[in-house]
Amino acid sequence: MKGASTGLLGDLASQFAVLSLVAFGGANAVIPEMHRQAVGLNHWMSDVEFANLFAIAQAAPGPNVMISTLVGWKVAGIGGALVATIAMCAPSSLLAYFAARAWERYRETRWRVAIGAGLAPVTVGLVGSSAWLLIHAADRQWRLVVVTAIVAVVAYVSKINPLWCLAAAAALGLAGALG
Amino acid sequence: MQSPDTSNDDSPKAGGLFLAFLSVGLSGFGGVLPFARRMLVERRKWLSESQFNETLALCQALPGPNIVNVSVVVGSRFAGPAGALAALAGLLGAPVVIVLVLATLYGRYGEAGRVPAMIAGLGAAACGLVAATAAKMALPIVRTRPVSAAPFIVLAFIGVGIMKFPLVWVLMVLAPVSIAAAWRFRA
Repeated sequence: MKGASTGLLGDLASQFAVLSLVAFGGANAVIPEMHRQAVGLNHWMSDVEFANLFAIAQAAPGPNVMISTLVGWKVAGIGGALVATIAMCAPSSLLAYFAARAWERYRETRWRVAIGAGLAPVTVGLVGSSAWLLIHAADRQWRLVVVTAIVAVVAYVSKINPLWCLAAAAALGLAGALG
Repeated sequence: MQSPDTSNDDSPKAGGLFLAFLSVGLSGFGGVLPFARRMLVERRKWLSESQFNETLALCQALPGPNIVNVSVVVGSRFAGPAGALAALAGLLGAPVVIVLVLATLYGRYGEAGRVPAMIAGLGAAACGLVAATAAKMALPIVRTRPVSAAPFIVLAFIGVGIMKFPLVWVLMVLAPVSIAAAWRFRA
């Protein structure tokens, strides 16, 4: 949130532009890569800060892509937030814009079905990796592990609005029950 | 898919697309796809159920945030490049402002009193939600293709989650093999 150098904004733009083009399965599939770059390679933030930003992104309305907005914000303030958001969305959006025409032409062809069916399991493994990584970063003591486990089970078996899970966990934290 | 849908006289213009996706962006927490479906198919009837599924299949096969792709494809379908931009801006505008307000509050009060404990609780719940999402996505794949697809779930998890290899490497190795396996499965 100090004055961001152009170099930093350039780094954000190029890293998120690449993420945009490998984000098969959406933003939640590239959380580990985002974390690897922001925490491991560039030391822009700690493990805990990354987990906190993810928590804030989940607690705000909107698409999952908001985590990139917050990583950009952490690195270079409002300018960084805008650069990261645009870089995360623009390349894949352009691809989608032009692919929509071609896609229609090849509907129901065998290779199109195979691409979709082949990418699906890889995507699931990536989202699982995201969960694994976030659990390591966020659950610093056993009470938090219990919260994660309960929320995972509740969200899996019920159709409850996830907002209630987030609100309940935040309230437990505020009440001092998770310290 | 680029030409406006002439069978529908209520084809939305850029302004309508902006407002419609504005409501989608504000309606969901931790993913807004279900709300996009409700808005496009049930409320405004801009797309039929099968048109929506078709659009979603495309957007999930492409890289990038799925709902962002949906907004671009739907926007361009009805109102060309201006429609795509309007839908995208509507989807992201309000959430970006809100998340930045929250981030500013976090920057100022993140260390105050019990706020860290509250954020820790939020964070623990947030990763529980992601774990549930992964499990829900895995179930149909494990059921229908336990041999030709399920191993790639495990391999992707090991590569990225455990070994922490760069995502691009893992994708370059696993995606072609997994697609080939899906191709053979269909044969």
